[in-house]
Amino acid sequence: MKMPPFEYACPATLSEAVALLAGREDAKALAGGQSLVPMLAFRLAQPALLVDLRKIADLREIEISADSVRLGAMVRWRDILDDRRLATAHPLLQAAVAEVAHYQIRNRGTVGGSIAHADPAAEMPGIAVTCEAEINVRGRSGARVIKAADFFQGALTTALAADEIIVDVRLPPWPARRRWGFQEFARRRGDFALAAAAVFYDEDDSGKARNVHVGAIGVGDTPVRLHAVEAVLEGHSIDEDTIAKADAAAASAVHPHDDIHGSAAYRRALTGTMVERALRAARAS
Amino acid sequence: MPVRFEVNAKKVEVEVEPRMTLADCLRHVLRLTGTHVGCEHGVCGACTIIVDGAAVRSCLMLAVQAEGSKVVTIEGLSHDHELTPLQKSFRKHHALQCGFCTPGMITTAHALLSEEPDCDAARVREVLSGNLCRCTGYISIIEAVLDARAAYKGSAGGVGAGSQP
Repeated sequence: MKMPPFEYACPATLSEAVALLAGREDAKALAGGQSLVPMLAFRLAQPALLVDLRKIADLREIEISADSVRLGAMVRWRDILDDRRLATAHPLLQAAVAEVAHYQIRNRGTVGGSIAHADPAAEMPGIAVTCEAEINVRGRSGARVIKAADFFQGALTTALAADEIIVDVRLPPWPARRRWGFQEFARRRGDFALAAAAVFYDEDDSGKARNVHVGAIGVGDTPVRLHAVEAVLEGHSIDEDTIAKADAAAASAVHPHDDIHGSAAYRRALTGTMVERALRAARAS
Repeated sequence: MPVRFEVNAKKVEVEVEPRMTLADCLRHVLRLTGTHVGCEHGVCGACTIIVDGAAVRSCLMLAVQAEGSKVVTIEGLSHDHELTPLQKSFRKHHALQCGFCTPGMITTAHALLSEEPDCDAARVREVLSGNLCRCTGYISIIEAVLDARAAYKGSAGGVGAGSQP
């Protein structure tokens, strides 16, 4: 469990960091290290150079405005949990982040690191996809914006080029009366989710659900939006009848694989249950 | 490469390879062997230390990333001849058997109680879920941490300078 040898650089600015990544085959950005360091320990990753982003101060901001909730790439999970503004500015984000790994990991793990690592069971990519986040990246040829739906291409595979660094993640603003729920299931708290569901919707004047968004993690190679479930709920009151339909729709909308942690059938059923519980939580929120 | 940081309120400078974890640096270079290394990939919590006030896993941190930071290890949370209130509480509640996980339990609990001296049992359970113990069954550890809360209310848990977040 000793890491392979690599060189290390700790630039003070984003442009220096991009130049370092661009100037070297097999260079990798290091954020909080809570996914990358285990990958190095297992020698699943063997980069020639690590470019530590910890000195780049402008990546640490959480900015809440009328346009967005902007999370700098180096914002840690604990920064999100400690930020009282987010209790109203994005409660779904806070609830999901509370489920990220364990206490010690949440003290170092970062938004950008999780997005770049793209674990299929990770919470932040799931929130990014469910909420239609935009991911701002910077590379040798300049800045570009990637929609979360286009960013995650497979397990641990993203649209990020080798010389690109995630700058921030922008979530659309969160209206005050929005209803939401986040439910995750793991055998032991803090372990990777066997399945989790994120749900939000707004209610119109007659109490019907509008702008329904439903997403799931842990049940495929990437986080997924469950459009079929959204279609079942859109324009309806969220009651026992619609929740039962959503449960069934969710179970047939996902295509998990059998693995050592559970069968595909189990994960499909679990996805339905997570959606059902998230909807009940949303109704009570 | 050279790295300078503070360990238990003492300035240190070490020469390490970039690939060396902070855990290995503490144990092999600085000879602070109280930090235990269990899984070496961030699962067991035995190697938990406190960096700039936050409990972290020292096997998931490179020594070079510690440059300029204040590190507190289990050695910084004890006195030579007397148990601290948290240690006393672990003894009273029989919260250790083989002792391998104990440094990680103590550092994690110290960081928690320093920031949240009023935490409830659910919070203690949630926080300690990141630390594996194969002997005690956890109940005694949770009771020990809850019982030690009083020592952190309005004071520093009875441990010396340099241990505070």
